[in-house]
Amino acid sequence: MIALPAAAGLPTRTPLRRASVLLVLAAALGGDALSATDPLRWGADSEGGAPYVFPDPKDPRRIMGFEVDIAGALGRELGRPAVFVQNQWDGLIPGLLRGNYDVALNGLEITPDREQVIRFTIPYYATSEQLSVRKDESSIHALADLRGRTVGTLKFSLAQRILEAERGIDIRSYEGQINAYEDLANGRLDAVLMDWPIAMYYSRPNPKLKFTGPPIGHLEYGIGVRPDDARLLNALDEALLKLVRGGELRRIYETWGLMNPETETLFERLVHSPRALEEFTRTLTQERPWRARVRQYIGYLPLLGRGAVMTLVISVTGMALAVTLGLLLALTYLYGPRPAAWASRAYIEVVRGTPLLIQLYLIFYGLPNIGIRLTPFLAAVVGLGLNYAAYEAENYRAGIQAIPRGQSEAALSLGMTQTQALRHVIVPQALRLVIPPVTNDFIALFKDSSIVSVITMVELTKVYGQLASTYYDYIGVGLLTAAIYFLLGLPFVRLARWAEARMAVDRLVPVSARRRWLGVGSKPASG
Amino acid sequence: MEGPARQLITVEDLRKSFGHAEALRGISFSVTPSSLVVIIGPSGCGKSTLLRCLNGLELFDSGRVHIADVTLERHDGTVPRDLRHRLRLLREEVGMVFQSFNLFPHMTVLANAAKAPMVVKGMGRDDAETRARAVLAKVGLSDRLDYYPSQLSGGQQQRAAIARALTMAPKVMLYDEPTSSLDPTLVHEVLQIMRQLHDEGMTQVVVTHEMRFARDAADRILFMHEGLLVEEGPPAEVFGAPRDPRTREFLKSFL
Repeated sequence: MIALPAAAGLPTRTPLRRASVLLVLAAALGGDALSATDPLRWGADSEGGAPYVFPDPKDPRRIMGFEVDIAGALGRELGRPAVFVQNQWDGLIPGLLRGNYDVALNGLEITPDREQVIRFTIPYYATSEQLSVRKDESSIHALADLRGRTVGTLKFSLAQRILEAERGIDIRSYEGQINAYEDLANGRLDAVLMDWPIAMYYSRPNPKLKFTGPPIGHLEYGIGVRPDDARLLNALDEALLKLVRGGELRRIYETWGLMNPETETLFERLVHSPRALEEFTRTLTQERPWRARVRQYIGYLPLLGRGAVMTLVISVTGMALAVTLGLLLALTYLYGPRPAAWASRAYIEVVRGTPLLIQLYLIFYGLPNIGIRLTPFLAAVVGLGLNYAAYEAENYRAGIQAIPRGQSEAALSLGMTQTQALRHVIVPQALRLVIPPVTNDFIALFKDSSIVSVITMVELTKVYGQLASTYYDYIGVGLLTAAIYFLLGLPFVRLARWAEARMAVDRLVPVSARRRWLGVGSKPASG
Repeated sequence: MEGPARQLITVEDLRKSFGHAEALRGISFSVTPSSLVVIIGPSGCGKSTLLRCLNGLELFDSGRVHIADVTLERHDGTVPRDLRHRLRLLREEVGMVFQSFNLFPHMTVLANAAKAPMVVKGMGRDDAETRARAVLAKVGLSDRLDYYPSQLSGGQQQRAAIARALTMAPKVMLYDEPTSSLDPTLVHEVLQIMRQLHDEGMTQVVVTHEMRFARDAADRILFMHEGLLVEEGPPAEVFGAPRDPRTREFLKSFL
């Protein structure tokens, strides 16, 4: 659902400030340490954005949001002061299980997958998914119209699963809603599907966008509690019911403009349905056997495979760009006219000295501002290629400078120009010298390619994230993914060793080298 | 030939400094076609620098070099506008052989010899290789065409380097201590090639410490000392009756 910086795009109407909780925890903790009641520590991600939990634009040290108000109300009901604990949204459930906080309260949909791992209170809010398009769009009215279109959503969300269930949609999953709606406004996407509250706060205020179609799907948010914490679960359920009956929850939603028909129905159901039935259905849905898990696990292997292929394609293309551009940079630096040599030096230093992640953001989200709109794939390849070109340039420089001066003198004395000497004599020898460091860099790039998941590329690491967050199995899926990376990288290491032996400057043992590559023998054959 | 023979190489008042060190302090000499000239002198006397100035690997500060139809002239350290063009013309007329061979290690012997005609003269591969084979046959390497330099002996490598220079059909061959890094038993085969080229009428300028070769094979000897051309003449004169005390001193160490 929600995960990245959101403060930039906050709506100007921010009605509630009275219930904002101080982010300065020291004061709250210090005060409570002496009292008999423990605070109710609730985990959420303040980077998730409005209207859930987000920094007050007028004073970023404070947080606000309808869930901040709910936490405060619950705290009052339980007689335990609510204390906010910041936690990355993706990791809310692991954080809860580790005991970093007592409850996870941050737009967590109640899903069977999650119920295998934690327990949920009764739902506190119900809503649906909302489709947004550009104002001038007239052909998209429902899910069925999305076939063949590019549609953005948030990673790991129900919306993403709904889109995946439809065929023929080009899905782009984003870390944060702001980027998704921005890309919709600037034409990179044809539509965006997200939880209705997010759409209310980020899509509706945007004059370039509009809502379209009926509500899609149904989701209910619940408060996550550790499975062994039954007492807290019951207390929270009771407190929530009280807040519903007393109308406080409704008042909170109305203040935030979030009251909707789904929640009306939910409140009806909560007030009238017997608790025992809720309890019973909850136990039914829990605890699937591990065999089922493994089966699901295997079922996701094709997904990992597709991610691996994408990782390979991105890495190989990116490296091809890097070695080509790197050679140009090195030659310009070593032999170009002075201004060009300086420019090349500056490029190398700046690119090596700044984080790849920021370079990727600039390329993908920054360049559209000046009219250059790259597809995620192109942005990934260009980003990795431009970055690694700086490292390759240094490899080449070292390689070229390692070639004895006599080589270029011999070439020049035969009448070759500097350029001809480089092309036919120096560079071919330097290329052979740099094979080991370039292979090294290729393997590094191969792993660094995982970073392009932040610009909506679905590659191996992104698939890992999806699977791990679906099953809360960060270890098993993690080991599996790491193994895939390792196995994919292995052939390149061997290929490079072989190429190194094959193209060794003196080429003394080409035959044995070839045998070694094929695994036939391990010693140089004599004769 | 009667009268003043047309000179193939003319060098006038060549000067060259490295920082404060003066390597060449006004060198003038000339070389008639088809002659073998040997430059001798103690280490650091500037003879290698002089040789490298003749094909532009080292740019002299002032003076004039005229080889075949190409003139390179420089005064007060100014750089001639068409320097690059003239250097290329010069190098097409002048072949160079180095002490450390400087063969291209990533190419076979045949490719070493055929590369420059293809790249510089735009010759087709077949023509270039035909010419390279002929020249390699002349230096006795017909059975080593597909070897890489590292698979050859030092003598074979230096012969391949000579062949590589010869495929460009130069008018002059320069040798910078061609036998200094060779095993003594292999020196002979390289000197033999130079003698053979002399017989065929190639103009050659050789920097060497092989005094016997200088005495037996050279037409003229130039003796250099501290950047100056101290003595020059036929080998019989320079070796038999050196006029300058510095020449006598130098030759004494070889007896």
